[in-house]
Amino acid sequence: MDQRNNVGIVIVSHSAKVAEGAADMVRQMVGDRVPLAAVGGNADGGLGTDVGAIMGAIDRAWSEAGVAILVDLGGAETNSEMAVEMMPEARRERIVICNAPLVEGAVMAAAEASGGSPLDVVRATAEELMGG
Amino acid sequence: MQEVKAHALLTNEVGLHARPSVKLTQLAKRFAATVEVAIRADGPWTDAKSPVKIMRVKAAKGETLFMRANGSDAQAAVTALVDLVNRKFEEE
Repeated sequence: MDQRNNVGIVIVSHSAKVAEGAADMVRQMVGDRVPLAAVGGNADGGLGTDVGAIMGAIDRAWSEAGVAILVDLGGAETNSEMAVEMMPEARRERIVICNAPLVEGAVMAAAEASGGSPLDVVRATAEELMGG
Repeated sequence: MQEVKAHALLTNEVGLHARPSVKLTQLAKRFAATVEVAIRADGPWTDAKSPVKIMRVKAAKGETLFMRANGSDAQAAVTALVDLVNRKFEEE
């Protein structure tokens, strides 16, 4: 199966280590059937998030089926929203930011995506973690 | 449409933990049939294509996983799931 047919997953954390660790868990538990990119830290290598780096991660994980972004805290979400705003218009509507915990959401979203589910289903699966 | 049922004993060390759960949902999603699992013969039944729900089943080693499927490829789906459990989710 061509992984580019499946929804891509982007992990955005304030910490590069958290982002990489979450991506490691996705790879080990779900495999390599989904495009995946992880980004963390600011431009100086400290804790934070960077709009340009997030845009790069969206590009790396890009799929025609769309991309689901998982974020950790405040700035990760607002900078991800800004990154989405700066993407080409044709892509914007195929990028969603999930309201879900970073690690669990990334694994669940990737598990859903690996079966070929569309973007809205991938997002719903990640966000299901927040409900009962 | 005939409902197909089967069951298999969880013999792998960790049971239906995170990674086996993901493998089970990935496999179930390959079939058009509705596929459900339960840890008792009379349910409650859980959608085998939902990674979040399957992970909440928390079936342990030594428990029996019951399966049922409905649809044109229900038999193939149940056979594949039983096979995955019997192969210990390819983990051991």
